[in-house]
Amino acid sequence: MIAFNKGKAWMFGDNISTDLIVPGRLSHLRSNLPELAKHVLEDADPTFAQKVQVGDYVVAGENFGTGSSREHAAHVIKLAGIKAVIAKSFARIYYRNASNIGLWLITADTETIKTGDTIEIDLKGSRIIVNGTDSILCHIPDGILLNILLDGGLIPHLQKNGGFAL
Amino acid sequence: MKKIKFTLTEKIFSQRLGRNVVAGESILVSPNRCLMTDGNGPLVVKKFKELSDGIAKVKPVIVVDHHGPSPRMEYSNEAVELKKFAESNGGWFFKAGTGICHQVHAEKFVCPGDVVLGSDSHTVLAGAFGAFATGMGATDIAAALATGQTWMVVPSSIRVHLNGELPLGVTSKDINLHLLRLLGNSGATYKAIEYTGSALRYLTMSDRMTISNMSVELGAKVGLFEADEVTFEYLKHFGREDSFRPMCSDPNANYEREIFIDCSQLEPLIAKPHSVENIMDISDVIGTEIHQVYIGTCTNGRLEDLEQAASILDGNTIHPDVRLIVTPASHAVYQAALKSGAIEKLVGAGAVITSPGCGACVGIHMGVLADGENCLSTQNRNFKGRMGNPDSSIYLSSPITAAVSAIYGKITDPREVRT
Repeated sequence: MIAFNKGKAWMFGDNISTDLIVPGRLSHLRSNLPELAKHVLEDADPTFAQKVQVGDYVVAGENFGTGSSREHAAHVIKLAGIKAVIAKSFARIYYRNASNIGLWLITADTETIKTGDTIEIDLKGSRIIVNGTDSILCHIPDGILLNILLDGGLIPHLQKNGGFAL
Repeated sequence: MKKIKFTLTEKIFSQRLGRNVVAGESILVSPNRCLMTDGNGPLVVKKFKELSDGIAKVKPVIVVDHHGPSPRMEYSNEAVELKKFAESNGGWFFKAGTGICHQVHAEKFVCPGDVVLGSDSHTVLAGAFGAFATGMGATDIAAALATGQTWMVVPSSIRVHLNGELPLGVTSKDINLHLLRLLGNSGATYKAIEYTGSALRYLTMSDRMTISNMSVELGAKVGLFEADEVTFEYLKHFGREDSFRPMCSDPNANYEREIFIDCSQLEPLIAKPHSVENIMDISDVIGTEIHQVYIGTCTNGRLEDLEQAASILDGNTIHPDVRLIVTPASHAVYQAALKSGAIEKLVGAGAVITSPGCGACVGIHMGVLADGENCLSTQNRNFKGRMGNPDSSIYLSSPITAAVSAIYGKITDPREVRT
Protein backbone atom coordinates (compact mmCIF):
# COMPACT_ATOMS: atom_id res chain seq x y z
CA MET A 1 0.00 0.00 0.00
CA ILE A 2 1.04 3.59 -0.64
CA ALA A 3 3.18 5.16 2.08
CA PHE A 4 2.33 8.50 3.63
CA ASN A 5 5.65 9.58 5.09
CA LYS A 6 6.38 12.59 7.23
CA GLY A 7 5.34 15.90 5.76
CA LYS A 8 4.35 19.35 6.93
CA ALA A 9 0.73 20.33 7.65
CA TRP A 10 -0.79 23.41 6.03
CA MET A 11 -3.94 24.34 7.90
CA PHE A 12 -7.05 25.76 6.21
CA GLY A 13 -10.51 26.40 7.64
CA ASP A 14 -14.03 25.20 6.91
CA ASN A 15 -15.76 25.36 3.52
CA ILE A 16 -12.68 25.71 1.35
CA SER A 17 -14.50 26.12 -1.97
CA THR A 18 -13.28 25.15 -5.41
CA ASP A 19 -13.26 28.90 -6.09
CA LEU A 20 -10.66 29.32 -3.34
CA ILE A 21 -8.63 26.41 -4.72
CA VAL A 22 -8.77 27.48 -8.40
CA PRO A 23 -10.75 30.68 -9.03
CA GLY A 24 -12.80 31.24 -12.18
CA ARG A 25 -10.70 34.26 -13.09
CA LEU A 26 -7.86 31.84 -13.94
CA SER A 27 -10.03 29.67 -16.19
CA HIS A 28 -7.87 30.52 -19.22
CA LEU A 29 -5.14 28.39 -17.60
CA ARG A 30 -7.38 25.34 -17.20
CA SER A 31 -5.90 23.57 -20.21
CA ASN A 32 -2.42 24.12 -18.73
CA LEU A 33 -2.66 22.36 -15.37
CA PRO A 34 1.01 22.84 -14.32
CA GLU A 35 0.64 26.59 -14.86
CA LEU A 36 -2.72 26.60 -13.03
CA ALA A 37 -1.11 24.71 -10.13
CA LYS A 38 1.17 27.71 -9.52
CA HIS A 39 -1.99 29.40 -8.17
CA VAL A 40 -3.18 26.54 -5.95
CA LEU A 41 -5.35 27.79 -3.06
CA GLU A 42 -4.32 31.32 -3.97
CA ASP A 43 -7.48 33.01 -2.71
CA ALA A 44 -7.26 31.18 0.64
CA ASP A 45 -3.52 31.88 1.11
CA PRO A 46 -1.81 33.97 -1.62
CA THR A 47 1.67 32.68 -0.75
CA PHE A 48 0.79 29.00 -0.31
CA ALA A 49 2.03 27.92 -3.75
CA GLN A 50 5.48 29.35 -2.99
CA LYS A 51 5.69 27.78 0.46
CA VAL A 52 4.38 24.27 -0.10
CA GLN A 53 6.89 21.42 -0.48
CA VAL A 54 6.47 18.07 -2.19
CA GLY A 55 5.17 15.57 0.38
CA ASP A 56 3.28 18.12 2.49
CA TYR A 57 -0.33 17.75 3.60
CA VAL A 58 -3.28 20.11 3.24
CA VAL A 59 -5.35 19.97 6.42
CA ALA A 60 -8.79 21.57 6.71
CA GLY A 61 -12.08 21.70 8.54
CA GLU A 62 -15.56 20.79 7.31
CA ASN A 63 -16.79 20.49 3.71
CA PHE A 64 -13.47 20.81 1.87
CA GLY A 65 -13.91 21.25 -1.89
CA THR A 66 -17.46 22.62 -1.77
CA GLY A 67 -18.98 24.15 -4.89
CA SER A 68 -18.15 23.57 -8.51
CA SER A 69 -17.44 20.16 -10.07
CA ARG A 70 -14.17 21.48 -11.59
CA GLU A 71 -11.76 18.57 -11.31
CA HIS A 72 -8.94 21.08 -11.76
CA ALA A 73 -9.35 21.78 -8.03
CA ALA A 74 -8.12 18.24 -7.30
CA HIS A 75 -5.40 18.27 -10.00
CA VAL A 76 -3.72 21.45 -8.77
CA ILE A 77 -3.40 20.11 -5.23
CA LYS A 78 -1.90 16.87 -6.52
CA LEU A 79 0.43 18.76 -8.89
CA ALA A 80 1.63 20.91 -5.98
CA GLY A 81 3.01 17.71 -4.51
CA ILE A 82 0.44 17.37 -1.75
CA LYS A 83 0.45 13.81 -0.47
CA ALA A 84 -3.12 13.83 0.86
CA VAL A 85 -5.80 16.22 2.01
CA ILE A 86 -6.97 15.63 5.57
CA ALA A 87 -10.26 17.25 6.59
CA LYS A 88 -13.19 16.84 8.94
CA SER A 89 -15.44 16.31 5.92
CA PHE A 90 -15.41 16.70 2.14
CA ALA A 91 -17.88 17.91 -0.45
CA ARG A 92 -19.35 15.00 -2.40
CA ILE A 93 -18.20 15.81 -5.94
CA TYR A 94 -14.71 16.74 -4.74
CA TYR A 95 -14.39 13.43 -2.90
CA ARG A 96 -15.01 11.52 -6.07
CA ASN A 97 -12.91 13.83 -8.27
CA ALA A 98 -9.88 13.48 -6.02
CA SER A 99 -10.13 9.69 -5.88
CA ASN A 100 -10.54 9.57 -9.66
CA ILE A 101 -7.17 11.26 -10.15
CA GLY A 102 -5.39 9.38 -7.38
CA LEU A 103 -5.42 12.12 -4.73
CA TRP A 104 -6.08 10.62 -1.30
CA LEU A 105 -8.63 12.32 0.93
CA ILE A 106 -8.46 11.37 4.59
CA THR A 107 -11.31 12.17 6.97
CA ALA A 108 -10.35 12.92 10.56
CA ASP A 109 -10.93 15.34 13.42
CA THR A 110 -8.34 17.95 12.47
CA GLU A 111 -9.18 20.34 15.31
CA THR A 112 -5.83 20.06 17.10
CA ILE A 113 -3.58 20.11 14.01
CA LYS A 114 -1.66 23.34 13.33
CA THR A 115 0.31 24.64 10.38
CA GLY A 116 3.88 23.39 10.69
CA ASP A 117 2.98 20.16 12.50
CA THR A 118 4.59 17.02 11.13
CA ILE A 119 2.07 14.54 9.77
CA GLU A 120 2.37 10.84 8.99
CA ILE A 121 -0.49 8.55 8.05
CA ASP A 122 -0.67 4.91 9.08
CA LEU A 123 -3.22 3.62 6.58
CA LYS A 124 -3.39 0.09 8.00
CA GLY A 125 -3.94 1.38 11.50
CA SER A 126 -6.31 4.15 10.30
CA ARG A 127 -4.31 6.71 12.27
CA ILE A 128 -2.73 10.07 11.66
CA ILE A 129 0.41 10.64 13.69
CA VAL A 130 1.05 14.29 14.54
CA ASN A 131 4.57 15.41 15.51
CA GLY A 132 5.59 11.78 15.97
CA THR A 133 3.48 11.32 19.08
CA ASP A 134 -0.20 12.30 18.95
CA SER A 135 -2.45 9.78 17.25
CA ILE A 136 -5.76 10.70 15.61
CA LEU A 137 -8.18 8.12 14.22
CA CYS A 138 -8.94 8.61 10.55
CA HIS A 139 -11.11 7.21 7.78
CA ILE A 140 -9.87 6.49 4.28
CA PRO A 141 -12.10 6.06 1.21
CA ASP A 142 -13.68 2.61 0.99
CA GLY A 143 -15.53 0.46 -1.54
CA ILE A 144 -14.89 1.16 -5.20
CA LEU A 145 -13.19 4.47 -4.37
CA LEU A 146 -10.47 2.60 -2.47
CA ASN A 147 -10.01 0.26 -5.44
CA ILE A 148 -9.77 3.28 -7.73
CA LEU A 149 -7.17 4.91 -5.47
CA LEU A 150 -5.13 1.73 -5.18
CA ASP A 151 -5.13 1.46 -8.97
CA GLY A 152 -3.85 5.05 -9.17
CA GLY A 153 -7.09 6.68 -10.31
CA LEU A 154 -10.17 5.94 -12.40
CA ILE A 155 -8.43 5.78 -15.79
CA PRO A 156 -5.87 3.13 -14.73
CA HIS A 157 -8.68 1.39 -12.81
CA LEU A 158 -10.80 1.08 -15.96
CA GLN A 159 -7.80 0.05 -18.05
CA LYS A 160 -6.79 -2.63 -15.54
CA ASN A 161 -10.27 -4.06 -14.90
CA GLY A 162 -11.87 -3.48 -18.29
CA GLY A 163 -14.63 -1.55 -16.52
CA PHE A 164 -15.76 -0.48 -13.06
CA ALA A 165 -14.90 -3.10 -10.41
CA LEU A 166 -17.73 -2.45 -7.97
CA MET B 1 -45.25 -10.70 -0.91
CA LYS B 2 -45.03 -7.16 0.37
CA LYS B 3 -44.82 -4.67 -2.46
CA ILE B 4 -41.80 -2.34 -2.24
CA LYS B 5 -42.69 1.35 -1.98
CA PHE B 6 -40.22 3.39 -3.99
CA THR B 7 -38.99 6.91 -3.55
CA LEU B 8 -38.86 8.86 -6.81
CA THR B 9 -35.09 8.33 -6.82
CA GLU B 10 -35.45 4.55 -6.47
CA LYS B 11 -38.17 4.50 -9.10
CA ILE B 12 -36.06 6.34 -11.68
CA PHE B 13 -33.11 3.97 -11.21
CA SER B 14 -35.33 0.88 -11.11
CA GLN B 15 -36.96 1.87 -14.38
CA ARG B 16 -33.65 2.73 -15.99
CA LEU B 17 -32.03 -0.55 -14.91
CA GLY B 18 -35.08 -2.76 -15.51
CA ARG B 19 -34.82 -4.21 -12.00
CA ASN B 20 -35.75 -3.03 -8.55
CA VAL B 21 -33.09 -1.12 -6.66
CA VAL B 22 -33.33 0.62 -3.32
CA ALA B 23 -31.33 3.29 -1.50
CA GLY B 24 -27.87 2.21 -0.45
CA GLU B 25 -27.19 -0.10 -3.40
CA SER B 26 -24.10 0.46 -5.51
CA ILE B 27 -25.10 0.31 -9.15
CA LEU B 28 -23.70 0.69 -12.62
CA VAL B 29 -26.07 2.75 -14.73
CA SER B 30 -26.07 3.98 -18.29
CA PRO B 31 -26.95 7.68 -18.47
CA ASN B 32 -29.35 8.96 -21.14
CA ARG B 33 -26.89 11.73 -21.95
CA CYS B 34 -23.88 13.67 -20.72
CA LEU B 35 -23.94 17.46 -20.53
CA MET B 36 -20.71 19.35 -21.04
CA THR B 37 -19.74 23.01 -21.11
CA ASP B 38 -16.74 25.03 -22.14
CA GLY B 39 -15.92 25.25 -18.42
CA ASN B 40 -14.98 21.65 -17.76
CA GLY B 41 -15.51 20.21 -21.24
CA PRO B 42 -11.89 20.58 -22.43
CA LEU B 43 -10.66 18.43 -19.52
CA VAL B 44 -13.39 15.86 -20.26
CA VAL B 45 -12.14 15.62 -23.85
CA LYS B 46 -8.53 15.21 -22.66
CA LYS B 47 -9.52 12.43 -20.24
CA PHE B 48 -11.72 10.75 -22.84
CA LYS B 49 -8.80 10.58 -25.26
CA GLU B 50 -6.67 8.93 -22.56
CA LEU B 51 -9.38 6.27 -22.18
CA SER B 52 -10.67 5.65 -25.67
CA ASP B 53 -9.70 5.78 -29.34
CA GLY B 54 -13.31 5.20 -30.29
CA ILE B 55 -16.62 6.97 -30.38
CA ALA B 56 -18.43 8.00 -27.20
CA LYS B 57 -21.02 5.47 -26.07
CA VAL B 58 -23.20 8.20 -24.60
CA LYS B 59 -24.05 11.18 -26.77
CA PRO B 60 -22.62 14.42 -25.41
CA VAL B 61 -24.58 17.66 -25.34
CA ILE B 62 -22.02 20.48 -25.34
CA VAL B 63 -22.95 24.09 -24.67
CA VAL B 64 -20.57 27.07 -24.70
CA ASP B 65 -21.89 29.07 -21.76
CA HIS B 66 -19.06 29.87 -19.35
CA HIS B 67 -17.06 32.18 -21.58
CA GLY B 68 -19.12 33.26 -24.52
CA PRO B 69 -18.77 35.38 -26.54
CA SER B 70 -15.15 34.57 -25.91
CA PRO B 71 -13.03 37.21 -24.14
CA ARG B 72 -9.74 35.34 -24.77
CA MET B 73 -8.17 33.26 -27.52
CA GLU B 74 -7.71 30.27 -25.15
CA TYR B 75 -11.48 29.99 -24.79
CA SER B 76 -12.05 30.53 -28.51
CA ASN B 77 -9.72 27.66 -29.37
CA GLU B 78 -11.26 25.38 -26.75
CA ALA B 79 -14.74 26.02 -28.16
CA VAL B 80 -13.52 24.91 -31.61
CA GLU B 81 -12.19 21.67 -30.10
CA LEU B 82 -15.46 21.06 -28.26
CA LYS B 83 -17.42 21.50 -31.49
CA LYS B 84 -15.20 18.92 -33.20
CA PHE B 85 -15.67 16.54 -30.27
CA ALA B 86 -19.46 16.86 -30.36
CA GLU B 87 -19.60 16.35 -34.09
CA SER B 88 -17.25 13.36 -34.15
CA ASN B 89 -19.21 11.64 -31.37
CA GLY B 90 -22.73 12.06 -32.70
CA GLY B 91 -23.56 14.66 -30.11
CA TRP B 92 -24.90 18.20 -30.11
CA PHE B 93 -22.97 21.46 -29.98
CA PHE B 94 -24.50 24.81 -29.05
CA LYS B 95 -22.45 27.92 -29.68
CA ALA B 96 -22.00 30.89 -27.37
CA GLY B 97 -25.22 32.81 -26.86
CA THR B 98 -27.53 29.79 -26.99
CA GLY B 99 -27.80 29.85 -23.23
CA ILE B 100 -26.71 28.16 -20.03
CA CYS B 101 -26.33 24.42 -20.57
CA HIS B 102 -28.88 23.57 -17.86
CA GLN B 103 -31.49 25.87 -19.39
CA VAL B 104 -30.76 24.59 -22.91
CA HIS B 105 -31.05 21.04 -21.55
CA ALA B 106 -34.42 21.89 -19.97
CA GLU B 107 -35.75 23.42 -23.18
CA LYS B 108 -34.46 20.89 -25.69
CA PHE B 109 -33.55 17.56 -24.06
CA VAL B 110 -34.60 16.48 -20.61
CA CYS B 111 -37.39 13.92 -20.21
CA PRO B 112 -38.97 12.75 -16.95
CA GLY B 113 -37.29 9.54 -15.80
CA ASP B 114 -33.96 10.31 -17.46
CA VAL B 115 -30.62 9.69 -15.80
CA VAL B 116 -28.33 12.59 -16.74
CA LEU B 117 -24.70 13.26 -15.89
CA GLY B 118 -23.19 16.69 -16.34
CA SER B 119 -19.71 18.12 -16.04
CA ASP B 120 -21.21 21.09 -14.16
CA SER B 121 -22.50 20.84 -10.60
CA HIS B 122 -25.77 22.61 -11.42
CA THR B 123 -26.83 19.75 -13.68
CA VAL B 124 -29.18 19.04 -10.75
CA LEU B 125 -31.52 21.67 -12.26
CA ALA B 126 -33.03 18.93 -14.46
CA GLY B 127 -34.36 17.27 -11.30
CA ALA B 128 -37.25 19.73 -11.69
CA PHE B 129 -38.50 17.45 -14.49
CA GLY B 130 -38.37 14.23 -12.48
CA ALA B 131 -35.02 13.30 -14.01
CA PHE B 132 -32.10 12.07 -11.92
CA ALA B 133 -29.51 14.62 -13.00
CA THR B 134 -26.26 15.13 -11.18
CA GLY B 135 -22.90 16.84 -11.61
CA MET B 136 -19.56 15.05 -11.76
CA GLY B 137 -15.97 15.89 -12.56
CA ALA B 138 -14.18 15.51 -15.86
CA THR B 139 -12.79 11.99 -15.37
CA ASP B 140 -16.19 10.62 -14.33
CA ILE B 141 -17.85 12.18 -17.37
CA ALA B 142 -15.06 10.93 -19.65
CA ALA B 143 -15.46 7.44 -18.18
CA ALA B 144 -19.23 7.55 -18.77
CA LEU B 145 -18.68 8.63 -22.38
CA ALA B 146 -16.05 5.93 -22.97
CA THR B 147 -17.75 3.01 -21.20
CA GLY B 148 -21.40 4.00 -21.47
CA GLN B 149 -21.72 3.70 -17.70
CA THR B 150 -21.09 5.26 -14.35
CA TRP B 151 -21.19 3.86 -10.83
CA MET B 152 -23.33 5.35 -8.15
CA VAL B 153 -24.77 4.60 -4.76
CA VAL B 154 -28.56 4.99 -4.99
CA PRO B 155 -29.07 7.82 -2.47
CA SER B 156 -31.58 7.80 0.33
CA SER B 157 -34.05 10.66 0.09
CA ILE B 158 -35.03 13.61 2.21
CA ARG B 159 -38.59 14.62 1.49
CA VAL B 160 -39.33 18.33 1.67
CA HIS B 161 -43.03 19.22 1.92
CA LEU B 162 -43.72 22.71 0.60
CA ASN B 163 -47.13 23.78 1.80
CA GLY B 164 -49.02 27.07 1.78
CA GLU B 165 -48.90 30.14 -0.44
CA LEU B 166 -45.79 32.30 -0.69
CA PRO B 167 -46.52 35.84 0.54
CA LEU B 168 -46.15 38.80 -1.80
CA GLY B 169 -42.48 39.72 -2.21
CA VAL B 170 -41.27 36.21 -1.37
CA THR B 171 -40.24 33.78 -4.12
CA SER B 172 -39.02 30.26 -4.76
CA LYS B 173 -35.46 31.56 -4.28
CA ASP B 174 -36.36 32.35 -0.68
CA ILE B 175 -37.41 28.69 -0.28
CA ASN B 176 -33.85 27.73 -1.28
CA LEU B 177 -32.34 30.20 1.15
CA HIS B 178 -34.67 29.01 3.92
CA LEU B 179 -33.58 25.40 3.29
CA LEU B 180 -29.94 26.48 3.49
CA ARG B 181 -30.67 28.04 6.86
CA LEU B 182 -32.34 24.82 8.03
CA LEU B 183 -29.89 22.27 6.64
CA GLY B 184 -26.63 24.14 6.05
CA ASN B 185 -24.37 23.68 3.08
CA SER B 186 -23.79 19.98 3.65
CA GLY B 187 -27.04 18.94 5.30
CA ALA B 188 -28.04 16.86 2.29
CA THR B 189 -24.60 15.59 1.23
CA TYR B 190 -24.94 12.20 -0.55
CA LYS B 191 -28.76 12.47 -0.32
CA ALA B 192 -31.50 13.07 -2.84
CA ILE B 193 -34.03 15.76 -1.99
CA GLU B 194 -37.57 15.13 -3.20
CA TYR B 195 -39.89 18.15 -3.13
CA THR B 196 -43.62 17.69 -2.70
CA GLY B 197 -46.60 19.38 -1.03
CA SER B 198 -49.56 21.60 -1.82
CA ALA B 199 -47.28 24.40 -3.11
CA LEU B 200 -46.58 22.31 -6.21
CA ARG B 201 -49.96 23.53 -7.46
CA TYR B 202 -48.56 27.00 -8.02
CA LEU B 203 -44.81 26.41 -8.33
CA THR B 204 -44.08 26.86 -12.04
CA MET B 205 -41.34 25.02 -13.90
CA SER B 206 -39.25 28.17 -13.52
CA ASP B 207 -39.71 28.01 -9.72
CA ARG B 208 -39.02 24.30 -9.64
CA MET B 209 -35.83 24.73 -11.67
CA THR B 210 -34.65 27.38 -9.19
CA ILE B 211 -35.31 25.06 -6.26
CA SER B 212 -33.73 22.00 -7.92
CA ASN B 213 -30.75 24.07 -9.06
CA MET B 214 -29.75 25.17 -5.57
CA SER B 215 -30.24 21.71 -4.08
CA VAL B 216 -26.56 21.15 -4.78
CA GLU B 217 -25.78 24.03 -2.41
CA LEU B 218 -27.24 21.80 0.33
CA GLY B 219 -24.83 19.08 -0.76
CA ALA B 220 -27.56 17.02 -2.45
CA LYS B 221 -26.89 14.64 -5.32
CA VAL B 222 -30.16 15.71 -6.92
CA GLY B 223 -33.25 17.83 -6.15
CA LEU B 224 -36.32 16.13 -7.59
CA PHE B 225 -39.85 17.17 -8.38
CA GLU B 226 -42.51 14.79 -9.64
CA ALA B 227 -43.41 15.12 -13.31
CA ASP B 228 -47.01 16.37 -13.46
CA GLU B 229 -49.24 18.52 -15.64
CA VAL B 230 -47.03 21.56 -14.99
CA THR B 231 -44.10 19.61 -16.40
CA PHE B 232 -46.24 18.51 -19.34
CA GLU B 233 -47.24 22.08 -20.20
CA TYR B 234 -43.61 23.25 -20.15
CA LEU B 235 -42.50 20.44 -22.44
CA LYS B 236 -45.46 21.17 -24.71
CA HIS B 237 -44.44 24.82 -24.91
CA PHE B 238 -41.15 23.66 -26.42
CA GLY B 239 -42.88 21.16 -28.73
CA ARG B 240 -41.75 18.18 -26.67
CA GLU B 241 -45.01 16.90 -25.15
CA ASP B 242 -44.22 13.45 -26.56
CA SER B 243 -41.29 13.15 -24.16
CA PHE B 244 -43.56 13.51 -21.12
CA ARG B 245 -44.32 10.67 -18.80
CA PRO B 246 -45.66 11.01 -15.29
CA MET B 247 -43.14 10.30 -12.53
CA CYS B 248 -43.87 10.31 -8.82
CA SER B 249 -42.90 8.44 -5.68
CA ASP B 250 -45.08 5.74 -4.15
CA PRO B 251 -47.22 6.69 -1.18
CA ASN B 252 -45.51 5.63 2.06
CA ALA B 253 -42.11 5.24 0.45
CA ASN B 254 -39.18 5.07 2.83
CA TYR B 255 -37.75 8.55 3.43
CA GLU B 256 -34.74 9.16 5.59
CA ARG B 257 -36.15 12.42 6.82
CA GLU B 258 -39.24 14.56 6.20
CA ILE B 259 -39.15 18.35 6.42
CA PHE B 260 -42.30 20.47 6.43
CA ILE B 261 -42.17 24.08 5.30
CA ASP B 262 -45.09 26.48 5.59
CA CYS B 263 -44.36 28.79 2.67
CA SER B 264 -46.84 31.37 3.96
CA GLN B 265 -44.48 32.05 6.88
CA LEU B 266 -41.40 32.72 4.74
CA GLU B 267 -39.74 36.11 4.40
CA PRO B 268 -37.27 37.53 1.91
CA LEU B 269 -33.86 36.16 2.84
CA ILE B 270 -30.26 37.04 1.97
CA ALA B 271 -27.13 34.89 1.95
CA LYS B 272 -24.28 37.07 3.18
CA PRO B 273 -20.68 36.70 2.02
CA HIS B 274 -18.87 34.31 1.70
CA SER B 275 -21.01 31.26 2.40
CA VAL B 276 -24.35 30.05 1.07
CA GLU B 277 -25.39 29.01 4.58
CA ASN B 278 -24.81 32.50 5.98
CA ILE B 279 -28.54 33.24 5.78
CA MET B 280 -30.01 36.44 7.20
CA ASP B 281 -33.50 37.85 7.48
CA ILE B 282 -33.58 40.78 5.11
CA SER B 283 -34.22 43.07 8.09
CA ASP B 284 -30.72 42.26 9.37
CA VAL B 285 -28.98 43.50 6.21
CA ILE B 286 -31.27 46.31 5.06
CA GLY B 287 -29.30 49.35 4.01
CA THR B 288 -26.14 47.47 2.99
CA GLU B 289 -24.59 49.49 0.16
CA ILE B 290 -24.41 47.70 -3.19
CA HIS B 291 -22.42 48.57 -6.29
CA GLN B 292 -23.69 45.96 -8.70
CA VAL B 293 -26.93 44.01 -9.02
CA TYR B 294 -26.85 40.85 -11.07
CA ILE B 295 -30.03 39.20 -12.34
CA GLY B 296 -29.51 36.01 -14.30
CA THR B 297 -27.85 32.55 -14.08
CA CYS B 298 -29.22 29.01 -14.08
CA THR B 299 -30.83 29.87 -10.74
CA ASN B 300 -32.80 32.99 -11.66
CA GLY B 301 -32.34 33.99 -15.31
CA ARG B 302 -35.63 32.73 -16.70
CA LEU B 303 -38.53 34.67 -18.20
CA GLU B 304 -40.48 34.85 -14.94
CA ASP B 305 -37.43 36.16 -13.09
CA LEU B 306 -36.85 38.86 -15.70
CA GLU B 307 -40.55 39.75 -15.71
CA GLN B 308 -40.66 40.02 -11.92
CA ALA B 309 -37.67 42.36 -12.01
CA ALA B 310 -39.12 44.31 -14.95
CA SER B 311 -42.45 44.87 -13.24
CA ILE B 312 -40.64 46.43 -10.28
CA LEU B 313 -38.27 48.50 -12.41
CA ASP B 314 -40.93 49.64 -14.87
CA GLY B 315 -41.01 53.42 -14.80
CA ASN B 316 -38.20 53.60 -12.24
CA THR B 317 -34.53 54.38 -12.67
CA ILE B 318 -31.79 52.44 -10.95
CA HIS B 319 -29.54 54.22 -8.47
CA PRO B 320 -26.83 56.22 -10.29
CA ASP B 321 -24.02 54.40 -8.46
CA VAL B 322 -25.37 50.91 -9.22
CA ARG B 323 -24.63 48.79 -12.29
CA LEU B 324 -27.59 46.51 -13.05
CA ILE B 325 -26.57 43.59 -15.25
CA VAL B 326 -29.19 41.20 -16.59
CA THR B 327 -28.30 37.94 -18.35
CA PRO B 328 -31.14 35.90 -19.85
CA ALA B 329 -30.60 32.19 -19.19
CA SER B 330 -31.07 31.29 -22.85
CA HIS B 331 -31.71 32.70 -26.29
CA ALA B 332 -35.31 31.45 -25.97
CA VAL B 333 -35.68 33.33 -22.68
CA TYR B 334 -34.17 36.45 -24.27
CA GLN B 335 -36.61 36.34 -27.19
CA ALA B 336 -39.58 35.75 -24.88
CA ALA B 337 -38.50 38.64 -22.65
CA LEU B 338 -38.20 40.89 -25.70
CA LYS B 339 -41.67 39.89 -26.81
CA SER B 340 -43.21 40.35 -23.36
CA GLY B 341 -41.74 43.82 -22.97
CA ALA B 342 -39.60 42.87 -19.98
CA ILE B 343 -36.34 43.76 -21.71
CA GLU B 344 -37.64 47.20 -22.67
CA LYS B 345 -38.60 47.92 -19.07
CA LEU B 346 -35.27 46.68 -17.72
CA VAL B 347 -33.25 48.70 -20.23
CA GLY B 348 -35.50 51.69 -19.63
CA ALA B 349 -34.59 51.59 -15.95
CA GLY B 350 -30.88 51.51 -16.76
CA ALA B 351 -30.04 47.80 -16.99
CA VAL B 352 -27.32 46.37 -19.19
CA ILE B 353 -28.45 43.18 -20.96
CA THR B 354 -25.70 40.68 -21.78
CA SER B 355 -25.72 37.74 -24.14
CA PRO B 356 -27.26 34.56 -22.66
CA GLY B 357 -24.87 32.34 -20.71
CA CYS B 358 -23.34 32.00 -17.26
CA GLY B 359 -22.30 35.64 -17.45
CA ALA B 360 -20.87 37.34 -14.39
CA CYS B 361 -21.53 34.37 -12.09
CA VAL B 362 -18.35 32.54 -13.06
CA GLY B 363 -16.02 35.47 -12.48
CA ILE B 364 -14.51 35.61 -15.93
CA HIS B 365 -16.14 38.50 -17.73
CA MET B 366 -19.26 40.67 -18.11
CA GLY B 367 -19.38 41.93 -14.53
CA VAL B 368 -16.15 41.33 -12.59
CA LEU B 369 -16.25 43.28 -9.32
CA ALA B 370 -13.75 45.88 -8.08
CA ASP B 371 -11.92 45.71 -4.75
CA GLY B 372 -14.26 46.35 -1.86
CA GLU B 373 -17.42 46.24 -3.96
CA ASN B 374 -20.65 44.52 -2.96
CA CYS B 375 -22.83 42.72 -5.47
CA LEU B 376 -26.41 41.63 -4.83
CA SER B 377 -26.93 38.67 -7.12
CA THR B 378 -29.65 36.18 -7.98
CA GLN B 379 -27.03 33.46 -8.57
CA ASN B 380 -26.49 30.38 -6.43
CA ARG B 381 -23.03 30.89 -4.92
CA ASN B 382 -21.41 33.73 -3.00
CA PHE B 383 -18.00 32.17 -2.37
CA LYS B 384 -15.05 34.49 -1.98
CA GLY B 385 -13.67 35.32 -5.43
CA ARG B 386 -16.64 33.82 -7.25
CA MET B 387 -17.26 36.94 -9.33
CA GLY B 388 -13.63 37.37 -10.28
CA ASN B 389 -12.23 39.33 -7.34
CA PRO B 390 -11.41 37.85 -3.91
CA ASP B 391 -11.56 41.34 -2.41
CA SER B 392 -15.24 41.79 -3.26
CA SER B 393 -18.41 40.51 -1.58
CA ILE B 394 -21.48 38.75 -2.95
CA TYR B 395 -24.94 38.76 -1.37
CA LEU B 396 -27.58 36.35 -2.74
CA SER B 397 -31.28 37.14 -3.07
CA SER B 398 -34.39 36.67 -5.17
CA PRO B 399 -34.84 38.68 -8.39
CA ILE B 400 -37.52 40.78 -6.66
CA THR B 401 -35.21 41.81 -3.82
CA ALA B 402 -32.42 42.43 -6.34
CA ALA B 403 -34.57 44.66 -8.54
CA VAL B 404 -35.92 46.77 -5.67
CA SER B 405 -32.43 47.14 -4.23
CA ALA B 406 -31.08 48.33 -7.60
CA ILE B 407 -33.40 51.34 -7.38
CA TYR B 408 -32.22 52.35 -3.92
CA GLY B 409 -28.54 51.38 -4.18
CA LYS B 410 -28.76 49.39 -0.99
CA ILE B 411 -30.37 46.16 0.14
CA THR B 412 -34.07 46.88 0.39
CA ASP B 413 -37.06 44.83 1.58
CA PRO B 414 -39.30 44.33 -1.47
CA ARG B 415 -42.40 44.15 0.74
CA GLU B 416 -41.94 47.74 1.80
CA VAL B 417 -41.75 49.20 -1.68
CA ARG B 418 -44.08 47.21 -3.88
CA THR B 419 -44.53 49.31 -6.96
